[in-house]
Amino acid sequence: MSSLSTDTAAPVSEKAPSPGLAQRFAPALMAGPATLLFAALVLTPLLLTFLLSFNEYEHATGRTHGFTLSHYAEVLTDGYYLEIFLRTFRVAALATAICAVIGVPEALILSRMRNPWRSVFLLVVLAPLLVSVVVRAFGWSMLLGPDGVVNMILQAVGIGRTRLLYSEGTVVVALVHIMLPFMVIPVWTSLQKLDPAVEQAALSFGASRSTTMLRVIAPQILPGILSGSLIVFGLSASAFAIPGLLGGRRLKMVATVVYDQYLGELNWPLGAAIAVILLVANLIVMLTYHHVVDGHYRKRMG
Amino acid sequence: MSFLTLRNVTKRYGSFEAVGNVTLSVEKGEFVSLLGPSGCGKTTTLQMIAGFVDVTSGTIELDGRDITRTKPNSRGLGIVFQSYALFPHMTVFDNVSFGLEMKRVPKSERAALVEEALALVHLDKHAGRYPRELSGGQRQRVALARAIVIRPPVLLLDEPLSNLDAKLREAMQFELRDIQRKVGTTTIMVTHDQAEAFSISDRVVVMESGRITQIDQPYRIYEHPETEFISRFVGKTNMLPGTVSAVGDGRATVSLAGMPADVPADGLSMGETVVLCIRPEKLRLTPAGQGRLQGRVTDRFFLGSQWLYHLDGPLGPLMAVATNDGEAPLDPGAPVGVDWPAAVVRVHRGAMPAAPELESLE
Ligand SMILES: Nc1ncnc2c1ncn2[C@@H]1O[C@H](COP(=O)(O)OP(=O)(O)O)[C@@H](O)[C@H]1O
Ligand SMILES: [Mg+2]
Repeated sequence: MSSLSTDTAAPVSEKAPSPGLAQRFAPALMAGPATLLFAALVLTPLLLTFLLSFNEYEHATGRTHGFTLSHYAEVLTDGYYLEIFLRTFRVAALATAICAVIGVPEALILSRMRNPWRSVFLLVVLAPLLVSVVVRAFGWSMLLGPDGVVNMILQAVGIGRTRLLYSEGTVVVALVHIMLPFMVIPVWTSLQKLDPAVEQAALSFGASRSTTMLRVIAPQILPGILSGSLIVFGLSASAFAIPGLLGGRRLKMVATVVYDQYLGELNWPLGAAIAVILLVANLIVMLTYHHVVDGHYRKRMG
Repeated sequence: MSFLTLRNVTKRYGSFEAVGNVTLSVEKGEFVSLLGPSGCGKTTTLQMIAGFVDVTSGTIELDGRDITRTKPNSRGLGIVFQSYALFPHMTVFDNVSFGLEMKRVPKSERAALVEEALALVHLDKHAGRYPRELSGGQRQRVALARAIVIRPPVLLLDEPLSNLDAKLREAMQFELRDIQRKVGTTTIMVTHDQAEAFSISDRVVVMESGRITQIDQPYRIYEHPETEFISRFVGKTNMLPGTVSAVGDGRATVSLAGMPADVPADGLSMGETVVLCIRPEKLRLTPAGQGRLQGRVTDRFFLGSQWLYHLDGPLGPLMAVATNDGEAPLDPGAPVGVDWPAAVVRVHRGAMPAAPELESLE
């Protein structure tokens, strides 16, 4: 059968009329409210914190004035702060790794489920986000406390009472619990975008389930794992409630130290300096990670 | 002994029967197309052969072996998916090499085989590219190379050309057939495009709501459609309602609104209601006053090598195709006669179907 071929010349468009003033500024106007909000609520406090961190602090009067780099020097040279920073990043990295190890298979299982189970379990995954972090932290301390459920069981089976609270491990476990949805959701989203036929193609070539997973699916959901990791790491490194409530007075992390400086020592400039250093360090870690993983990925998938 | 055999293969989703009692034998080296409107169960049938959809009942045999319950990753079939399903994170070379790797072909032999397959689809220059850097036609060919490089016993193609534009699709049809001939792989292709099915298949299987209604060579399906559905679905057709007014040996006379027409037919009885089907290209336009019917041109379409005329006559609208012989075409409104040789008429029993709700499948 021959097909009908049409050969209509596309109409040559006249020179587009120049857009009106309102049109030209429409993008700026529409982005305006969000920009203002961002500037007022994020940039301004950040800037004030930054400026504050260079103020001198008089212990006697509590006045802040002048200009000094001494707070930065103190934080960067004192082993006490170094240890806290190292602990913070160690805990955050550990929480991120565990979240990935648990969250990726969780997202995979979720994506294989059929409705209505899928909706039910998606809700289960998201449900923790509906409960305040503080409430969940108290939940953990009730579970793990000296008279908590876990210790009661340990005593009952004859292991005896163990100190579970106020340890790095507890903080990591609780952070994983809080952060898991932030890993599951991006991975799940990137799984949703996969063409199911690609997996079938791998199987049709004789690949086993595990080979298909490793060679075909995993590389394609890497961006999801990457963004999940960045979110979890960033939130964990600056987490306050969990280390504050479960780390106790002894196990300090950066956010709790900042809090101590502001409200305990009343040394606001020092607290501000620590906060700024945390922000910068966090940025460096995340950008490096992003650069390494994403660069590797972008080279292949664009 | 046929190479691939489907026996009474049925697939039910709950109470809905997507594919019913499909029985089909495919010879080694044959190119068979499953043709039918969207939703008639073509993909489901193909996926059951591939192993991605469980068979509800019936058996599938490949080379004498029952593979009905075999896992897809041990069937060893080559599949080209409608979406191509290339591995986006692998180069063209790695995509094609993947199947060989899974078959544990030594690395030293792989490169040569991959290059050979890529040369076959004219993509040897693009081995280092990623799928996103290729055009639709090139991706389609990578998918084909990837499937044939493993030398599968059967090649399954699900609407392999439907994502390509018309011109490329036509070119790829011939290329596909060419490659299939060279490699000699038994091939089953799913398509809803009759032109595609006809131009490259040895045999065409017409499916209709989950069932096979005709299996034949393309030419036979076009000229001798077994149901009136097929004659409408496959190409264009004119349908003339009539009543049998005389029966003879192998022939009958049908009264078309009072006008008698001889038709080749067996087993008709007097007074029976029938529909005569005549392909537009079988109608001959004659000067007004001659021929079997008189009508008027209502519209005309230029198809390049042909003119398609819409006519209006005593039996309702008709379509006729005339070769473009370089002369001036008939104008809309012009009176015209219509004639046809008795042998080209196909008779289907029963009344005229309601207005065809089929999508036109050109
Ligand atoms: N997983 C499924 N569940 C329920 N119905 C399905 C499923 N897959 C296909 N079907 C139905 O089976 C019929 C045949 O589908 P399909 O084989 O894809 O048609 P085709 O490929 O011919 O367009 C359709 O009506 C479709 O809705
Ligand atoms: Mg289909």
